[in-house]
Amino acid sequence: MKLSRRFVEDYVDIDVDIETLAEDMTRVGNEYDSAEKLVPSTKLVIGKVLECKEHPDSDHLHVCKVDVGSEVLNIVCGAPNVREGIKVIVAMVGAELPGDFKIKKGMIRGEESNGMICALYEIGIDKKFLSEEDKNGIHILSDDAVVGKDPIEYLKLNDEVIDFELTANRGDLLSILGMAYEIGAIYKKQVKEADLTHNESGEDLNNSFSVNVNTDNCSLFLARKALNVTIKESPDFIKNRLIASDIRPINNVVDISNYVMLELGQPLHFYDADRLGNCIETRMAKKGEKLTTLDNIERELEETDIVISDGKRAIGLAGVMGGLDTEIEETTKNVLIEAAIFDSVKVRKTSKKIVRSEASNRFEKGLDPNRTYMAIERAVKLLEEYADATIQTGTVVYDKSNKTEKKVDITTKDINDLLGTNISNADVLDVFERLGFKYDVKEEIITVTVPTRRLDISIKEDLIEEVGRIYGVDNIVGKLPVVPMKIGSVNKTERGIRDKMVSLGLNETLSYILINDKDVHKYTNDSFEELKLLDPMTEERNVLRYSLIPSLYKIYEYNKARYMKDVCIFEIGKGFWKKEENYGEDRKLCSLMTGEYYLGINNKKQVDFYITKGIVEEILDYLGYAGRYSFVLPKENLEEFHPGQVAEINVNGEIVGVIGRIHPKISKEEVYVFEINLEKLLAKKVSKMKFKEISIYPTIKKDIAIILDKDITADEISKVIKKAGGNLLVNYEIFDVYTNAILGDKKSVAYSLTFGSNTKTLTDDEINPVIEKIIESLEKNLKAELRK
Amino acid sequence: MKEKVNQIKEVAKENISKIKDLQELQELKVKLLGKKSELTSLLKGLGGLSAEERPKIGSLVNEVRSEIEENLAKAEKKLKEKALAEKLEKEKIDITLPSVKTKRGSKHPINRVIEEIQDLFVSMGYDVIEGPELETDEFCFERLNLPAGHPARDMQDSFYITEEYLLRTQTSSVQARTMLANEEKSPIRMICTGKTYRREDDATHSHQFNQVEGLVIDKKELNVSLADLKGTLEVFVKKMIGANSELRFRPSYFPFTEPSYEVDVTCFKCGGKGCPLCKKTGWIEVLGAGMVHPNVLKMNGYDPEKYSGFAFGTGIDRLAMFKYGITDMRYLYTNDVRFLSQFDRKDEE
Repeated sequence: MKLSRRFVEDYVDIDVDIETLAEDMTRVGNEYDSAEKLVPSTKLVIGKVLECKEHPDSDHLHVCKVDVGSEVLNIVCGAPNVREGIKVIVAMVGAELPGDFKIKKGMIRGEESNGMICALYEIGIDKKFLSEEDKNGIHILSDDAVVGKDPIEYLKLNDEVIDFELTANRGDLLSILGMAYEIGAIYKKQVKEADLTHNESGEDLNNSFSVNVNTDNCSLFLARKALNVTIKESPDFIKNRLIASDIRPINNVVDISNYVMLELGQPLHFYDADRLGNCIETRMAKKGEKLTTLDNIERELEETDIVISDGKRAIGLAGVMGGLDTEIEETTKNVLIEAAIFDSVKVRKTSKKIVRSEASNRFEKGLDPNRTYMAIERAVKLLEEYADATIQTGTVVYDKSNKTEKKVDITTKDINDLLGTNISNADVLDVFERLGFKYDVKEEIITVTVPTRRLDISIKEDLIEEVGRIYGVDNIVGKLPVVPMKIGSVNKTERGIRDKMVSLGLNETLSYILINDKDVHKYTNDSFEELKLLDPMTEERNVLRYSLIPSLYKIYEYNKARYMKDVCIFEIGKGFWKKEENYGEDRKLCSLMTGEYYLGINNKKQVDFYITKGIVEEILDYLGYAGRYSFVLPKENLEEFHPGQVAEINVNGEIVGVIGRIHPKISKEEVYVFEINLEKLLAKKVSKMKFKEISIYPTIKKDIAIILDKDITADEISKVIKKAGGNLLVNYEIFDVYTNAILGDKKSVAYSLTFGSNTKTLTDDEINPVIEKIIESLEKNLKAELRK
Repeated sequence: MKEKVNQIKEVAKENISKIKDLQELQELKVKLLGKKSELTSLLKGLGGLSAEERPKIGSLVNEVRSEIEENLAKAEKKLKEKALAEKLEKEKIDITLPSVKTKRGSKHPINRVIEEIQDLFVSMGYDVIEGPELETDEFCFERLNLPAGHPARDMQDSFYITEEYLLRTQTSSVQARTMLANEEKSPIRMICTGKTYRREDDATHSHQFNQVEGLVIDKKELNVSLADLKGTLEVFVKKMIGANSELRFRPSYFPFTEPSYEVDVTCFKCGGKGCPLCKKTGWIEVLGAGMVHPNVLKMNGYDPEKYSGFAFGTGIDRLAMFKYGITDMRYLYTNDVRFLSQFDRKDEE
């Protein structure tokens, strides 16, 4: 909302400068974007062109002698409409125009130029507000302009504007009068009343015109008629105030409807009465009904649109846009004025579809019915004065609106309790007075009568807010709550995993959860229904991810394109799904690794499956799942993984994740990923960390090497060793695996076995039978042979 | 005889001084003191001497013997030291060559700030609560006093999946969930941090961003007030932004709080002097806050006659950008490893 200082000063006196006003309004809750002069140019004077000759060295420039009162200046001017005898706006040497444009003395193609003759858009009036003539040339002032005087003042453009960003609940501030009440409350100033005086004549309009409302979505509809209007240009003050408020002046009649809307907050609609019958109807649109709106677009209406009709056909979209057929034109003689209140939700819905306008915005925020009556009176007053209208007697009224003023009980204690303040009773009452709220005091209870303009106030807390903001939040001293002490809690598991991953050398990422639907089923065989956005911003991100792997792969590609070859990243984030009628989201740990992992001279090592697997094991061991997990071949083929380098991560018999190399058809580089569903994993209870007695007896290490079939996995061998080893075998580790031409289809695997006991030092006599048993078992179960 | 012994002593001394390595030393030792050595044979021949001479020569031989032993030991020690020194010299390495290590990991700046905020509030007795990112309209809007058609819903164009489900536009949804889930309706002191989503994407807005939300509810007798909210946010801002930050509460409007405030802090770029970042006002809006609206309490099972409280929320992305001097919001989501790997150390205290 742009506030014109001159406009609001019609209703309240302001003693401070514009910046102070803007800051003070901000402190009571009305933030502003800018506060500045309507015309921000300096050193402008009215001049008279005494002489105008063509520039000898140009086909469009003129060389002028301009009288500016104190002197006669030589000025080169390129405007097509400059001529001898006219009065113009001159920017003197040293003037500053918008866009950091400074006027300097200069030579233009050999002719001296000591200033500039200005167009209105050059001094800061946007072209959209200007007439065709002013858009294309300098502004020609009327003959009564006095040479040497300030042209801004002469044009009544000496105004200042604050651009407010208002909160959604303060619809009352979308009017000059509402702003005046707010400013009055800040500075303790009386607000003046609107001038509604006018003459009426002729037969009562009620005898010849009727208003029918056939929907609950219109609570108030008023109609009046202004006869024999003269359509012409508006007086300067109306035009300038519209411009200051960011509305384009059109003609006096149209301008008055906008002027009253700005002034009182009530949108009006003016119809050409002669193109209307003798009635007006408000109803919901019929499905498929058509209407050509003011902007000359034929629109198909829906049953949720409120329409105005002349009894036969739709002539306007209520609160949003009028119809083309009944609009005010140069030839309009008689005007029917509509002032009404339409349902805010319906108007919002329709306007969202068609166009958001100053009017629809006000309907959406809600209107005060008392103001509707005031606005229609104000409109006829201005039409009489500035459009030479004769006002027909009588107003046609349909009124189902609620005009009762709300009464809210409150005590000073209520206020101080919630604000944590010690405001006196007198100060509280002073705030209500400043706001123009009436009140009754009975013992400690203050009964406040809320004016109908303040639709935002209905409960005690709303009044407390009013007291808080007018009294001044800055005056409230901060303290910490005095409440019983308690321990705060936070789940440290995710943080523990994150810290562990970081210490393992991975960079944490933060990716978007919205991905492309062609990626959503990748890297998984889980069945789920994908979650598509109803209205995505781009097709690139139109679905919620299930796995984080597509997100991390995108990050890898991004970095690869920037020549970053070593990418070892991880993320903890959500994956989303729908299964049957259930929606859900699971926290997942995902990691992608490629390039070098171990660094240093002669020690560099490229990421491979086993390094990635090591990271998974580190995490699982760290979380307390040591000994409870295994890596198993996927039951079904996972298309995006290398078929020979992929495994599912099994914890306690349940698959909780996947690990593998990305299929070479997707990535030529070796890229490894893993993903663990943390919801599934962490649901598995972990035993308490507990001290185990350290054996005082030494352990004994024995190495064995076996030769066996290539396809037998380490897991299978280890299982046999573990089973055969019994209690005395405390640890077993593979320390060597190799194949060669001589071995052919076989491989050699070497194990280091550790034996020990908590009760004694073991002897060879005790260990050897165990080793023999292990070897026998390997021979029997895996057809292994001992390598001697 | 005596001369012979002394001669042995002198020769031995000279030979010992010429030894070059431990091998020679061993050979010399055998030669001088072994069974076949001159000294040994002298001792053996003592029997041929007179009773008078025998002890004299005997003790002289023994004296010389121990002197030779001592000299040999000294020489051996010296040689060993020399050998060790030579060995160590050979083992010398260039200590400035690169070390062997794994890659250096890093934690995303957003999560660093989230953890810092969590720790701060946990220390004040708040619980950190989590909530779903895929929310229902009911918890995101309805239960926060934002019925369908409410103009304030304009402020947040949302990503809907169905008529009912959407990506949460604010962590405030967790307020309603926490209140509703609390069956005893006991006091609440919680914060929630996490991802939020709105249908906008430009240089300063990402469609996915992060928020922290706080909620305190207690019995009315305890008067949890706006002054308490102010004090709490002062602690928060001074910890997260800087001890010199001033706060400004500006009355504002949120449907879930009444009164509502937007909270500005002294512009962290210019320190309040006015600059392009703060649009020359010297202030930057960082928080939304207010006293929990009675309707919100009521809708979520708390009697507004018996309980009151405050709530606040803020964006984390900008705090992270400020804290680490990150110049462009897009860095937070493009995940360039050259960006990520800069956050690889402990934050300073």
